[in-house]
Amino acid sequence: MMNRLELLKILKKHITDEIVISSYSTASEWIEINDRPLNYFSHGAMGLGSSHGLGMALAQPDRRVVVLDGDGSLLMNLPTLVTIGRVAPKNFTHLVFRNGTYEANGGHPIPNPKTDFEAMARAADISKACTISTLTDFENKLQWLLNDEGPLFACLDVEQGPLGPRDYKEMYRPERRKALRVALGADPA
Amino acid sequence: MNASATAQQAPVLNGGKIIDAVKKGGVEYVLSVPDLHTSKGLLYPIAGDRDLKLVRTCKEDECIGISAGLTYGNKRSLILMQYTGFLYAMNAIRAVSCEYKFPSVMMIGMLGLEEGVAPKSSKKFGLQIIAPILETMQIPYEIIDSDEDVEKIAPAIEKAYATSRPTAFLIARRPVAP
Repeated sequence: MMNRLELLKILKKHITDEIVISSYSTASEWIEINDRPLNYFSHGAMGLGSSHGLGMALAQPDRRVVVLDGDGSLLMNLPTLVTIGRVAPKNFTHLVFRNGTYEANGGHPIPNPKTDFEAMARAADISKACTISTLTDFENKLQWLLNDEGPLFACLDVEQGPLGPRDYKEMYRPERRKALRVALGADPA
Repeated sequence: MNASATAQQAPVLNGGKIIDAVKKGGVEYVLSVPDLHTSKGLLYPIAGDRDLKLVRTCKEDECIGISAGLTYGNKRSLILMQYTGFLYAMNAIRAVSCEYKFPSVMMIGMLGLEEGVAPKSSKKFGLQIIAPILETMQIPYEIIDSDEDVEKIAPAIEKAYATSRPTAFLIARRPVAP
């Protein structure tokens, strides 16, 4: 089991010009340690982060898109794996933080914490999939996860983090969406 | 009036004209869950169209997210779904399309709508509530029931992207294949 914040600090060291999409608890910690225009939080409905990411990956084929998903979020949009597996964007990395709980909704367990997400990704034709349980293993695999031809998937076993509170209003500000558009050249500065 | 005369006078909705209008609106991607109402007249022709990229999804709310993501490369998309899928994706439309103001362009197949009946007047509950829901959500919509209505499509797509707001087309009549 890994500490999510420690894992994110390792990730931060390797992130350069990637679009990073995160949600809920992970987003709270990511924004705290790496607030930048190329972050995206506004996926609106639980589980849709990977769908927004798929659209961005198609729209920005020369830039890596990294989705930091939760296990509860992925369960809310599980067919996304099938769609991603079929579309197979080469610039897409899907990292799923598995803590076995709906941490942002009070810490209740997901319906089955034993769910094997790596197997689900493989079954959806995402062959580059793995499960990571230690920070050392994560650091060793990070270059592969961020640079190899996608789609790539990793289930990251983490401890449950703090239950909140979280500043969603700050995350979802329209100015953040505008800043991302400008950073990607979709809008003039 | 005999039956054959009635059949001759029935309006026609040509899928090819709809596809041309969608292209005229600058759409590059079509995101879709199949719908029997638009299957032959739209989805099959779109799947074989060289200019349009079709992304088949499992659920309609995925389309709302993918469409939003595509806007970050200024790529336009059309979400093709049945009215049941529109109802299914309601929370995503509420958040992404309405609150975050993404230009979700939705083409909604009104499967089972009675001939010549406005959607609000349908005897079928699921069809009857679609336009009122769109109005409540302040999403503009056009009813597409004949070839004459097709000319409304491209300008509505342009407006959706120019203003970054969602828009909808209710495909009342089953389109015929090009």
